[in-house]
Amino acid sequence: MRILHYINQFFGQKGGEEAANHPIELVEGPVGPGGALNNLLGDKAEIVNTIICGDSYFNENEGVAVMGIKEIIEQVKPDLIVAGPAFNAGRYGVACGRVGKLAAEMGITCISGMYPENPGYDLYKQTAYMVETKNSAADMRKALPNMAALISAFIEKEGKLGMPAEDGYMPRDLRVNMFAEKRGAARAVDMLIAKLAGEEFTTEYPMPVFDNVAPFAALKSLKDAKIALVTSGGVVPKGNPDHIESSSAQKYGEYSIEGIFDLTEETHETAHGGYDPVKCNENSDVVLPVDVLRDLEKEGVIGSLHNMFYTTVGNGTSVSNSKKFGAEIAQKLLDAGVSAAILTST
Amino acid sequence: MPVVHIATVVPISITVGANRIVPAIAIPHPLGDPKMDKVEEKLVRREMVVKALNTLTTEISEQTVF
Repeated sequence: MRILHYINQFFGQKGGEEAANHPIELVEGPVGPGGALNNLLGDKAEIVNTIICGDSYFNENEGVAVMGIKEIIEQVKPDLIVAGPAFNAGRYGVACGRVGKLAAEMGITCISGMYPENPGYDLYKQTAYMVETKNSAADMRKALPNMAALISAFIEKEGKLGMPAEDGYMPRDLRVNMFAEKRGAARAVDMLIAKLAGEEFTTEYPMPVFDNVAPFAALKSLKDAKIALVTSGGVVPKGNPDHIESSSAQKYGEYSIEGIFDLTEETHETAHGGYDPVKCNENSDVVLPVDVLRDLEKEGVIGSLHNMFYTTVGNGTSVSNSKKFGAEIAQKLLDAGVSAAILTST
Repeated sequence: MPVVHIATVVPISITVGANRIVPAIAIPHPLGDPKMDKVEEKLVRREMVVKALNTLTTEISEQTVF
């Protein structure tokens, strides 16, 4: 079985964030984690080619990237595409998922691996088989054997994988027809009895987790509105006084911009470790647009700009922490009489 | 309190449930472009911020990318 492997610039040994704009590159054989995966697969399968693509390049040029990768797939004609593992790297996970969707459209199966909270899972779970990994590359030594096991099952079962729990991939939210020994009513009663007895049972239809909120009513006018700025791009006063973590942030910061009309190299920088910081460190207005909002305030387009801004680093930061930060920040904004917020993300 | 999300990777913004979404320029500089000079760049930033502000006075019934 011939495998085409998709990896990002970091695992492709091109560099870190400074190489995130690395365009699509096709190389022979396995690279990085592909080498270990190849060994685990033994003579069952072989990684014949590897696509290396920068995470920013893929996400900022999705159409072009997908077109290029499509051409490569047509040229390499793999039996299976493997992408990642991406762990909790958001852009990488989205890229892996999108490659999986492309593969599905071309009639080829894609096996990937990522952390369940990676947005790439939610976006593309229906068009790839994704192994659950932990949230960082430290989990590589477990993630690769799990992916190899799923690939082996795919080979042995000639592409007809079983249920998620059986073959070790995350649910795809697809309904598949099957025959059960007992009828539905009997299975439901069995489940109820188990539940009443405090025993474990497995639901056949997990409730979806709805995280959406209804859009809030629009403002009547901007002229008397107090606008607040919030960012996950890690903009902080120079020196990062509260030591907000460069990834997996455990806190957010609140900082005064009273009397500040422009963020400069001398006053502000970014604490974010997940994107190239050069531009933001030169002029943080490109992430937190204080300069133009001060102008609009002066011109009377908006009532005022709230004198505090709120910031954290959205780099591998857990959904639970993000929710907590969001709820606290929203409460503080409401208490301060803020009418609306602009949230910027990198 | 209405909120507008300015973000480059719009699919992520949709997945996390933002309702008012304004696409941005690039991941490391959502509201800027190093290829432009300072005056031009600020003008582009202002246009984006005005666009974002206008979403706040626009009634929507579902997630909307402006």
